[in-house]
Parts: sequence; C-alpha cells; structure tokens
Amino acid sequence: MGNTSSMLTQYDIEEVQEHCNNTFSQQEIVSLYQRFCQLDRNSGGFISADEFLSVPEFAVNPLSQRLFRMIDGLNFKEFVAFLSAFSSRATLQHKVEYIFKVYDSDGNGKVAFSDLLDVLRDLTGQFISEQQRELVLTQVLEEAGYKKDSILVLSDFMKILGNTGLKMEVEVPVD
Amino acid sequence: MSKLKSSDMELDFDRPNIEDYLSTDSIQEPSGKLRLRDLLDISPTLTEAGGAIVDASILSLSGDSFTRCFKSNPPEPWNWNVYLFPLWCLGVVVRYGILFPVRVLILTLGWMIFLSCYIPVHLLLKGHDKLRKKLERGLVELLCSFFVASWTGVVKYHGPRPSARPKQVFVANHTSMIDFIILEQMTAFAVIMQKHPGWVGLVQSTILESVGCIWFNRSEAKDREVVARKLREHVEGPDNNPLLIFPEGTCVNNHYTVMFKKGVFELGSTICPIAIKYNKIFVDAFWNSKKQSFTTHLLQLMTSWAVVCDVWYLEPQNMKPGETPIEFAERVREIISARAGIKKVPWDGYLKYSRPSPIHRERKQQAFAESVLRRLEDK
Repeated sequence: MGNTSSMLTQYDIEEVQEHCNNTFSQQEIVSLYQRFCQLDRNSGGFISADEFLSVPEFAVNPLSQRLFRMIDGLNFKEFVAFLSAFSSRATLQHKVEYIFKVYDSDGNGKVAFSDLLDVLRDLTGQFISEQQRELVLTQVLEEAGYKKDSILVLSDFMKILGNTGLKMEVEVPVD
Repeated sequence: MSKLKSSDMELDFDRPNIEDYLSTDSIQEPSGKLRLRDLLDISPTLTEAGGAIVDASILSLSGDSFTRCFKSNPPEPWNWNVYLFPLWCLGVVVRYGILFPVRVLILTLGWMIFLSCYIPVHLLLKGHDKLRKKLERGLVELLCSFFVASWTGVVKYHGPRPSARPKQVFVANHTSMIDFIILEQMTAFAVIMQKHPGWVGLVQSTILESVGCIWFNRSEAKDREVVARKLREHVEGPDNNPLLIFPEGTCVNNHYTVMFKKGVFELGSTICPIAIKYNKIFVDAFWNSKKQSFTTHLLQLMTSWAVVCDVWYLEPQNMKPGETPIEFAERVREIISARAGIKKVPWDGYLKYSRPSPIHRERKQQAFAESVLRRLEDK
C-alpha cells in the first residue's frame, strides 16, 4: 500500500471524470483509486475475480457471479465507470440501464424469460423450487401486461422501474 | 435484528459464527402484493455489492468493512522540511546506533539470567512441584519484563491486578503477540495459542509449557475437540495459572474489535475482561502477520523510541440468567471496546484466513425467497 494521490496526476483524474460523465467528484476519484490499489494486490493494473472475492461482503452477495462478468479485468477508468451507477449524481436512466445490463448477460439488448429466471434463481437459491420460480415470474409478468415469452428491452425496464423511487446509492468514503 | 440462536454444546473454535450476527433483514422489509417491479428491482443487492467494492459504510453492516480492521495506517510523515529532516536523521542515528544495541544487550542479559535460573530450577526441583512452579512463574514474569524493557515499553496498568482463582478466565483484545508479553509481565497467565514455526515455536514448547499453555492448530479440524477438552480441564484445576484468551482469534489493528469466538464463554466460568490500547505516537504495535514475521515485528519495535500502551483490568463478568453465550461474548466485547475506545465490527476474524462459507449467501437468499413467497400470498 502507500499509494497516495501523488500517483494520479490532475490530467488522469480529469480523464477519469470525463469517462464517467462527472458522476464522481475529484476527491471521490482519488478515494476510489486508493481502494482500487488496495484491491489490486499484485499491482497488475486490474482487479481479478479472485481479488474481488477477498472482500467478504462481496463474496457473500447473491449476485456476485453475475457481476464478475462485468467487472473482471477492469482497469481503473473502467472500474470508476462501472461504479458510476452508484453515485448520487447518476441519473435514474443510468441506474435502470445498469440494472438492465446485469440482466442482459449476452449484451444483445434483450432480456428474455430465461434471464429473469436466472437472476431470480441467484437471489433465492434453493429456497424456492424451480417450478415455483417460473410460476411466480409468469404470474407477475402477466399482471404487468407481458407474456411469458415476451422479450423485454431497456424501455420496458424504464417503464417498470422508472417511477418506483429506485434507490441505489453508495457513498464513497473520502478521507 | 435477527434472533440469536442458542449455541450447540460443542465448543467450536473454527466455525465462523458470523451468521448469528449478520442481520439479514437489514434492508427495509417491503410489503404488499408482489409485482413485476419488485422482482426486477435488484437495487438493494446491487447496492450491497457496490458498497462492498467501494468499502463504504452501509447501514446494514453498521459501519466499517472487514478489510479496514487489518489495515495498518502508516503515520503521516513529519520530517518533510529543511530543519525537521536533520532532526529525524539524528533520531534515526540514536535509535539504530545507540538505543538498539543497548536494547539487544538488555534482552540478551535478560535471557541469560532467565536461562541460568530457569534450567536449574526446572531440572533440580522436579520433586517440589509447588515451589518449582512458583519460581518458574516468577522467572517468566521477569523475562517478560526484560522484553518490555527492550522496547522501552511504557505500560500503564489500571484496575485491580488479576488474582489466581479457579473457574476464572481472562479475555483481552488482540493486536500483536506482544499483548501476551505485556500482560505476562504482570501476572503469569496460561495461554491458548496458535502453534508458530521457528524460534517462537521453540519458546512455546519449552518455556511457555511451564506456565501451562494450550496449543491449537487453526487448520486442523479434529483439533477443536481436543482443545475444548483441554480448556475445560485447565479452568477447573485449582493449581493452574489463570487462563488468558484472545477471543478474536487473530491480530486486529487496535482500532476495531472483530467478533469474539463464543467457545470460552460457554465454559460457565467468570470472565475477567482486559482492554489493551496502544498509543501509536512512536510506533504502531499492530502485528500484520501477513506482512511481517514476528522477528521483523520485534526488530521494528526495538528500533523505535517507545511502545506506549494502557492496560485496563475490568470488572469480572458472569453470564446473566437467560443470556446465550453469544450475547455474553458480545456484552464483554462491548465492555472492552468501550474502555479501550475502539469500534466494534460484526466480522469474524477467521475470514482473514478463509472465504466466507456458502451459508452467509444462503441466508440472504432465504430471506428474499421467504419475502417473495409471503407477498405472493398477499392479495
């Protein structure tokens, strides 16, 4: 450790800030850099899955596997962009897009019943049977006006989640 | 808060008891009929993940994260200008050139005195056990005083000195192996320790054996039952030295306490808490066993100006009627943390050595699943 902000120049900070659309302040970016260096134990310039798993709070998270896909091998700029959805300055649109990306594992812009089922399985584990999961999903989908074989796109997600008062915020600790 | 489960009869040192503390209903309980948006809205789980990555304080985890407990914060450099720097250089010369050799001398002297008294006593007084034990105790205390002198330890003891009585166990927070030396200087305790390799292990098997020490090996599963039995036997023996235990199970950086292992709180004996707080003014006494060997750690202490700390012997506690061992452990942890002025975190020290078991994730899944099913019923 011992990585201080002297490792990041003002240019670097501004570049990262631009990349994440100003969702983080310069101080927050410095803090995030310290955290990045702390996690990146072998100083490879990116955080591997193993290094993420060394954070117990992350390892016990039911969605950690899905998030791995998105975070594995990110350099610092991408790391900050990944976390930008959690900033209080991020727009609702941004947050919903982020949630959509978590569902849309193959990145083709479409979320099918199977994707919804996968996430529900991650969240509920063995405590609901597969059959019950399908039933529950089908039921709520139909109530919302969709069918079991409907394909959901980003605008659907915006419609469903848009006015729920979505709260997804993490405060970056600033020393 | 989720209810605390009652402990099982077996003393369990290695199983992380984190599931008894992590509150799974920390996220606000939603209610009302289940809708599509409730299933689609994974933001609470994502927030937890994000918070974990960023090392932020989230309400559900009561503040600080696991990695913070083991971070050694380097002190602010103060020697950064034209006149402070030469002063600092002078200080280095004094510390390494004068103090260090003197300390090494003191320590060597101490060892020589100790060994020349200990070996005859140990061998010749084989028949007179009571006298032999008394002398050995005194000698170990003496050796520890020499150790403390070799770092110029400025230790302030507060509270009544421990007295040897049966059915009594002392617990303290743990920052480094020197905790043991500092406490041992005042009273010859018996300890339970992880067996170390190298010269430390040698000391453990010979000298510490005489004050009555119990060894365990973290990685050995069967070890647990053996250790549990030995503990019980020791506490009940009237002639044994009072037992000292560090229930955190690992060294923490003296700003936090991690969860206490419930094992010793199940024994039914009186628990006497001891709080130790180091002053980082000259040196940080935290031994980061992953970064330094004990020898390096000792050398670091011996080349600094002084080791300053406070030791508080606190009021003995008994398990209250209707209290579970875990609640008892937490209560004692609260007493120690409050006295030493350090924060409590709900993390298990052994997570330093191993990954959290699937049980923790399953608990979250179970809570969510039950919520979904319940709301499905709500019409």
